[in-house]
Formats: sequence, structure tokens, C-alpha cells
Amino acid sequence: MVIVGAGALGAGNAEALVRAGIGKLTIIDRDYVEWSNLQRQQLYSEADAIARLPKAIAAKRRLEQINSEVEIEAIVGDAGPEELEAIAAEQRPDVWIDATDNFDTRLVLNDVAYKYRIPWIYGACVGSYGLSCAFIPGRTPCLYCLLETVPQGGLTCDTAGIIGPAVQMVVSYQVAEALKMLVEDWAALRGKLVSFDLWTNEYAAVRIDAVKKEDCPTCGRHPSYPFLSYDQRTKAAVLCGRDSVQIRPPVQREYEIDELAEMFRRQGLQTEANPYLVAVSLGGGKRLVVFADGRALVHGTKDVHEAKTIYYRYLG
Amino acid sequence: MTLTINGETVTVPDEVKTVSDLLSYFQLTNKLAIVEVNVRIIEKHEYGTTALADGDRIEIVHFVGGG
Ligand SMILES: [Zn+2]
Repeated sequence: MVIVGAGALGAGNAEALVRAGIGKLTIIDRDYVEWSNLQRQQLYSEADAIARLPKAIAAKRRLEQINSEVEIEAIVGDAGPEELEAIAAEQRPDVWIDATDNFDTRLVLNDVAYKYRIPWIYGACVGSYGLSCAFIPGRTPCLYCLLETVPQGGLTCDTAGIIGPAVQMVVSYQVAEALKMLVEDWAALRGKLVSFDLWTNEYAAVRIDAVKKEDCPTCGRHPSYPFLSYDQRTKAAVLCGRDSVQIRPPVQREYEIDELAEMFRRQGLQTEANPYLVAVSLGGGKRLVVFADGRALVHGTKDVHEAKTIYYRYLG
Repeated sequence: MTLTINGETVTVPDEVKTVSDLLSYFQLTNKLAIVEVNVRIIEKHEYGTTALADGDRIEIVHFVGGG
């Protein structure tokens, strides 16, 4: 089983599946634990936020305390086409659980899942609202088919925050479908896109089989998997709902974290480090966080140009 | 006109005649919303031409990205 993302949904799914005693769990995430996460990201503690542990690492540590018999693999990195295809080819997971926070990554996951014929389970929430749907190659249409039926342009960034019960509700839908798949009880699967609002007490469900498009580039007769054929991730991307930009170096690097931290300290910058990343305060509310693979998060700006300037000033 | 929307009985004004009208009435035009009328998903190009009738059963599910 692979969980893509280790935020609220990722943490909830991971704990439920590990307690259920699945054989192996891989969890991939690009972020680290912050104080604001603790309200709903159930695997993390104040100590993780103080240490700025990468979420994948903090999740692995906690999950191993919960059930030491489950093998946990933590990947600190961006879930792009290359990374997800490598996981698909090497591990052949039974199911992917979607715990990402954006549709770019979901469309990549959708392509990987259909190319390698592995089911994936969409989940998302904002405020008190959430929804979920299982996409199963050979049995259901895919996310692309579903999105094709609706007018585009509404994919804005959700900044409203999330209440914990909405997270748990989506997690419950996702885990239940995953368990049905693991025991191969295909007849029990819901076959619907389901949504709820725990504040307004609404519930809706839509049967998805009729939206299948024969010419779909992902699940149609002649698939081209457009979201894998070239890397659609920009080298710099504003993170959804956060005052932050992620920068990926053109070529992957391997930094020695200790040396990197020392370099920042010599410049008189307030610097903290753990084995996985360096966090530097730049003044003016800006912070730079650099991971060992050269990937960086620039906090305190939504301006890609400004973020790149900062990145190259210190790491160019 | 009285409709059943997501399981609830809802009365909408007479100006609401099509799926397009319904989405603007509920201010869902700018959301990624899937609309089902009497267990049939309506494609986006049919929103303006799909007429609604008293007693129709409608499900509306809108996508969000967070998690
Ligand atoms: Zn499709």
C-alpha cells in the first residue's frame, strides 16, 4: 500500500491501515511538521514540530511505535511522475491512497495508477466538507473522465482550514474501500463519488460508471498518459494555501546537511538543522528550508520570482 | 418548483429552469461541480439545455483539492 502525502488525510489513513495490520506501507511527502499541523494531523507531536522533522520521517517513527510488525518506508520528496512510476514499478502496490492537496499531483497519480493497473482512492476535504471516490482500472472510469464532465476553472486553492472530524470522515471512506480491495470483495465497493458536509448535515453520492470516455487519454482505448510523458511540475511552484514557494533544482543534488548549515551560520544567519533539512531565518518574515536533495521551500512569499532570487542568492 | 437536492426537499424560484440556472442560483457556477439529475450525470455542454421539472431528484457534488 502506498500513501501519497502525509498531511491530515495521509496521517489518518496511515494510522488506520497500520493498526489494521497491512504488510507494508510506503508514505511519500515533501513537507515537514509545523505547529499549525497539530490540530488535525494525528501522527505528529509538538516535539516533531520543534525538530521540524519531515512528515514522512515523523510518520514512520510514530507508526512503528503503533505496530512494529508493519514494514514502513518513508520517502522525503516530491510525488512527481518519476517518483510515482518508480514506486509502481518496484513495489507493485495493491492500492494507492490519495492524500495530496492538489489536482496536479492527483492527475499524475491517476495516470500512474491506470498505466500500472493499480486502484487508487481519491480523498479531499476543506472546512467541514469532504469527498472520496475509488478509481479502479478495468472497473471504473478515471478522475480525468470525471473532471471532463464539469466546467474547468474552479480549481482554486482551498484556504479555509479543515476541522478534524471532516478529515476522519474522508479517512473512513478511503480506508473502508481499501480494505474491501485488500480482501478482493469487489462487489462491496461503493462505485460512487460520495460527499458530505458535517456542519450543514448534507450528503450526496453520484454513480460514476456512466462518465467513462472511450477517448480518455488515461483510461480510454488508446491511453497516452499525458501527465507522465513530460514533467508538468514547474521548477518553482506556489504551495496551495500557504505563503510558500517550492523550488526544485534543475539537477538533483546531494547536500551534506552539516556543511550547508555551517555555510549559513558563517553568513551570520540564524540556522537550525536536523539530519534531513536546514532551516534559515532571513529576516523580513522570510525563511528558507533546504532538504538534502537540494529542494527548498521559501516561506513568507507567494512570489515565484522573489523565491527564486532568494534561492539562487544562497544556493546558486 | 420543488426539487429533491442531495436528499433534501428544496423549493426554488420559477426563474430556475435548467441545470445552469440551478448552479447559478446556488452560486456553484465557479466550482467544479458534478450534477446528476434523476440518476443521470449531466455533461457540461448539456447544463444550459437540461430542463428541470417538479419532483426531479438532483445530486450535486463539488470537488475540492485540500487534504
Ligand atoms: Zn478516464
